[in-house]
Amino acid sequence: MKKLLAAATLALSVSTSGHAFAEPLKIGMITTLSGGGAGLGIDTRDGFMLAIKNSGNKDVTVVTEDDAQKPELAVQIADKMIQSNQVDILTGIVWSNLLMAVAPSAVAQGKFYVSTNAAPAALAGANCNKLYFNAAYQNDNLHEAMGEYANKSYKKMFILAPNYPAGKDSLTGFKRYYKGELASEVYTQVGQTDYAAEIAQMRASGADGIFVFLPGGMGIAFMKQFAQSGVKIPVMGPGFSFSQDVLPAIGDAALGAKASGQWAPDFDNEASKKFLADFQKEYGRLPSIYAVQAYDAAQLILSAAGKASVKDADAFGAELRKADIKSPRGKFTFNTNQHPIQDIYLTEVVKQNGVLTNKTVEKIFTDHKDAYAKDCKI
Amino acid sequence: MTFALALEQLLNGLQLGVMLFLMAAGLTLIFGVMGLINLAHGSLYMVGAFACAVVAAWTGSFWIGLVASLACAAAAGAVVELLVIRKLYDRDHLDQVLATFALILMFSEGTRWLFGSFPLYLDIPPLLQGALPLPGGTEYPVYRLAIIAAGAVVAFGLYMLISRTRLGMRIRAGESDREMIGALGVDIRTLYTVVFALGAALAGLAGALVGALQSVQVGMGEPVLILAFVVIVIGGIGSIKGALLGALLVGVTDTMGRFLLPKILALFVPPAQAGMIGGAAASMLIYIVMALILAVKPRGLFPAAHA
Repeated sequence: MKKLLAAATLALSVSTSGHAFAEPLKIGMITTLSGGGAGLGIDTRDGFMLAIKNSGNKDVTVVTEDDAQKPELAVQIADKMIQSNQVDILTGIVWSNLLMAVAPSAVAQGKFYVSTNAAPAALAGANCNKLYFNAAYQNDNLHEAMGEYANKSYKKMFILAPNYPAGKDSLTGFKRYYKGELASEVYTQVGQTDYAAEIAQMRASGADGIFVFLPGGMGIAFMKQFAQSGVKIPVMGPGFSFSQDVLPAIGDAALGAKASGQWAPDFDNEASKKFLADFQKEYGRLPSIYAVQAYDAAQLILSAAGKASVKDADAFGAELRKADIKSPRGKFTFNTNQHPIQDIYLTEVVKQNGVLTNKTVEKIFTDHKDAYAKDCKI
Repeated sequence: MTFALALEQLLNGLQLGVMLFLMAAGLTLIFGVMGLINLAHGSLYMVGAFACAVVAAWTGSFWIGLVASLACAAAAGAVVELLVIRKLYDRDHLDQVLATFALILMFSEGTRWLFGSFPLYLDIPPLLQGALPLPGGTEYPVYRLAIIAAGAVVAFGLYMLISRTRLGMRIRAGESDREMIGALGVDIRTLYTVVFALGAALAGLAGALVGALQSVQVGMGEPVLILAFVVIVIGGIGSIKGALLGALLVGVTDTMGRFLLPKILALFVPPAQAGMIGGAAASMLIYIVMALILAVKPRGLFPAAHA
């Protein structure tokens, strides 16, 4: 009896001293861990797990699987996670075409989806859902910022993106703010590795600026080939084109490139400094924006789970919407469509102590909201 | 459209074609001589690129890396042939496809295990940096010209090897009648290993050359492998000449399609849509060309004699 009592008090003390949840929480992370997009998925996973580890919470389990950047595989994994692993929340998908295959059906089955990156326009407007949250941005946002920036000093832009949902959102977003003339608007294949044909068109186009949205290996290939082509037009892009996962492989060809981002490693706030130090200590490299976004997604989930049970969707959703976290981005709140309202900055690729990284130049947008929230009726 | 732009695009098509030829030559040689479908050819391309990137980072010289890529890919090819492929010659194509597909997975995971999932850095050697002026007032990257030249040298070398040397004679004999040259006392097992290593070395060379232009990462070989198969099917499986012409045809068609289709469509629909539809149609173009060629010549442009 004495033993039993001791065990009971011990159990009680453990459960009160930690940040115990109302109920254990199971998160399914589907992300790209193999193939050309693996760098993005690995940063997503590592950023997410860093926040879970920092919380010290034992009531959370994260099941991680690789989608190999294939929509059909992502759907299979999601079905398995929902049906046999019984996860409460899905997260982690990097690519918008995969997200479109997974998120609508997951929320239809009553599961939460908290996006760490992909944010297609289709889920931000009329088809928004109270179980779907986006911790990153809306796809158009960073491109809108570059459109706004291009207005300053460019009259004729050549714009290029891959032919998939996020690529279309990208150029739509850019054109929403850019007022000048367009030299050309080109869509390339997803995963394309040779851009000689497009670079030749840039050379002949008479453009005074080039905007490219090419995440992962695509951007590496483009920047290296562009640097060799002898074309001297300045290149800019959203943060993904020059994020930390691709900079080492692009090399000095990226120096001076302008990009937009909600975070850069030189951000001067407590949360950012802690995140940067923790990430470097844990993984021995600089984090990319994908890592920050996933870190915040995990923080959001943890903050909500501390106050409400995930089984009570309304209460849990309400807690998520409060966005009670310390984001490395500084300010972070949710708009009515459960996409972020945040500041967006102009960054420039520089070399610091021999390492290529992004440095903040100026703020482009303050409290930026996406263009679709008005159509969302939650 | 100006002359300079057209010329530049033609060169781009040629360069893509030459790169595909390096892949397709090995693939078609291996099929022609041993009757083997090797899906793992893309992995050997990746091995070449990684070997070049790692050795170049280590020694600081792209050229040593290039030699290493040839050596590593050839060695990987020889080991694979000795351990796995050798057991497959008498099996049907489905078994070969399954086994070599398994090899792709092993190579990919092995490479990831050794080098991680982040792309490696491989830069163009200083000698080939920059761009050269072309007639018409445009410029063209020296490195791409060098790839075209390298491809031409390899094509000529292969032609000489196959038509003028003893090894080439045996390869041709192996293509026409496998059992007979075995019966004549030629060591067919060694010949197979040599041919496989030669094909692997060509793939490795392609990987290293292209790795400096693109990103060196796990899984880089598979998209190229698909194109290489299109090339050998168009060219006639087993034919080196077919591989060369097929590769140039695919390279030029793909580049010109990506360049011209959106422009042609832009005459009829708004530019944003033209870009999207044109881009999508361009990615189908080489497959349409392949279907048309197969409809007229079901065994490809230059079918090998024995098949």
